[in-house]
Amino acid sequence: MSAATTTAVPGPGGGEHVPGPGGVSSRLGWALADSWTMTRRELAHWARQPVAVLVNLAFPVMLLLMFTYLVGGGRGVDGDPTDFLVPGMLALTMAFGLEATMLAVTQDLGKGVIDRFRSMPMVPGAVLVGRSAADMLQSVVSLAVMTGVGYAVGWRWRSGAAAALGAVGLLLLLRFAMLWVGIHLAMVAGKPEMVAAVQILVWPVGFLSNVFATPASMPGWLGAVVEWNPMSATATAVRELFGNPGGATGSWAAEHAQLLAVLWPVALIAVFFPLAVRKFAALSR
Amino acid sequence: MTEAIVMDGVHKRYGEKRALDGLDLAVAGGTVHGVLGPNGAGKTTAVRIMSTLLRHDAGRVTVSGLDVRERAGEVRRRIGLLGQHAAVDEQLGGRQNLEMFGRLYHLGARRAGSRADELLERFGLADTGRKAVKQYSGGMRRRLDLAASLITDPDVLFLDEPTTGLDPRGRTEVWDAVRSLVGGGTTVLLTTQYLDEADQLADRISLIDHGRAVAEGTPDELKARVGGDRIDVVLRDAARLTEAAALIGGEGLALDPDRRLIGAPAPDRMAALTRTVRVLAEAGIEAEDIAVRRPTLDEVFLSLTGRPAEERRSEKAEVAA
Ligand SMILES: Nc1ncnc2c1ncn2[C@@H]1O[C@H](COP(=O)(O)OP(=O)(O)O)[C@@H](O)[C@H]1O
Ligand SMILES: [Mg+2]
Repeated sequence: MSAATTTAVPGPGGGEHVPGPGGVSSRLGWALADSWTMTRRELAHWARQPVAVLVNLAFPVMLLLMFTYLVGGGRGVDGDPTDFLVPGMLALTMAFGLEATMLAVTQDLGKGVIDRFRSMPMVPGAVLVGRSAADMLQSVVSLAVMTGVGYAVGWRWRSGAAAALGAVGLLLLLRFAMLWVGIHLAMVAGKPEMVAAVQILVWPVGFLSNVFATPASMPGWLGAVVEWNPMSATATAVRELFGNPGGATGSWAAEHAQLLAVLWPVALIAVFFPLAVRKFAALSR
Repeated sequence: MTEAIVMDGVHKRYGEKRALDGLDLAVAGGTVHGVLGPNGAGKTTAVRIMSTLLRHDAGRVTVSGLDVRERAGEVRRRIGLLGQHAAVDEQLGGRQNLEMFGRLYHLGARRAGSRADELLERFGLADTGRKAVKQYSGGMRRRLDLAASLITDPDVLFLDEPTTGLDPRGRTEVWDAVRSLVGGGTTVLLTTQYLDEADQLADRISLIDHGRAVAEGTPDELKARVGGDRIDVVLRDAARLTEAAALIGGEGLALDPDRRLIGAPAPDRMAALTRTVRVLAEAGIEAEDIAVRRPTLDEVFLSLTGRPAEERRSEKAEVAA
């Protein structure tokens, strides 16, 4: 009981005090327990809004079908256009996860319940860990659904299992980076108008990548911009790992896509993770 | 009795705005303390500082003897907070909320569940089932919020305007819930803009204005500071109001023609009553009602700050229920 280690006035309310911080191992245990409680909270939200969950899963699938059948993305690339398009759409979906995270955090921070969490003796970062665990879980499901639909429209992976797993790993790494960017944006600019602005701005960024078309088909300066887009690095790397045609351009960025697909997200995480955690701890102070 | 809450010369600025400007406050353990002040007086700022949500710029704040800046974690284990706005997860059900908070207080899964059931029962929410909190009435939501702030039997409970925005029925529900806590040994700090609320619930009251305490005492002491008792006379005939007022005399007369009412100071109580009855009878002015009463907190606030504390509760709230 913590009272033994403090000079605190013994409280008249008395009874059921929460145990004080013990050793390092129990603190870690609590951090995990609190994070799990907050993850459960997000899962409980899903259970209460199955339609919203389905819409979020269906939206990227709809984009995939639209670009496959209506817009005709991936033309002009050697081989099957869906082999080019599907890995690109997977990278795009992971990157666009930014807006989902930002929206969720913006809505959450506007709610009084965050004040209660902050007035309780819980591990402060648990709210953010819960958010990221839930978003990563959603992304895994989303990847599974999209590869399933991709398979149905003719996409095939033509490499070994290890390479394919590597591709999935790179996609989730990009998602994880975008998650922390989203959390940070929500905290510095967390207003519904800002979320709407981001939801619009991701589109030009998405088109300024090699998701839909190879940079080889673009003017030189534009192709250069496109190749250095983090989304392009992940898309190219994932195409390589799935054994899909990459629309090779021979540039340095294209040759080192797998390296960039690791470096870009790691750099984003290195910047935005500490910023977001610090911002959360200092919230409304 | 030891002090459960101390605020000593506390300052807090938001940019240029001084929200707290040297606020002093001392609350004895086991009592209900009302912090009364108009909108913008600094009540919420003070509560957020005491409950570790906000850092003050200068001054000293202790809760249960613990400095809120240096030992925030320990303070959080001893307090419960009912903020000005509902602090529960609106998308979840009542039990889901309480169980989640219980886990975050590290009660363990089983105890968190049983504690949730106890509290739902105690606050009359046991039959809400899976219903999401956003479908609750205002009073139900407030009671759930209150239940959530009581999960660990806190030593100190903060209630920030617990009944603002509730209809009279919701207000009564919350008042009853607060009264049921008193006597359990919990120290309660309650902020309000409603004078009757402080009068009803608090042992002592601090009046605050512009981030500073302007007066402190029991409700009776504060009323006495306005200068004693008043006599209210309601006439049968409004036309004779001025004439009657002149006869009654005295400083600080208040006339209300609509209610045919004269209010006058009555420091000598019964003598004032006999005198008033006599002069009116001699002049042949009929009175419908004559009463000696203690001043209201409204009058206290007016005399100490030069303006009324309470924006009138909206007509709608009065008519509702
Ligand atoms: N986040 C904030 N930024 C700027 N000013 C604020 C903020 N919060 C409160 N204030 C100002 O500080 C003063 C005190 O506010 P508050 O503590 O909410 O008063 P009360 O709860 O008594 O109505 C008010 O003038 C209010 O406008
Ligand atoms: Mg307030």
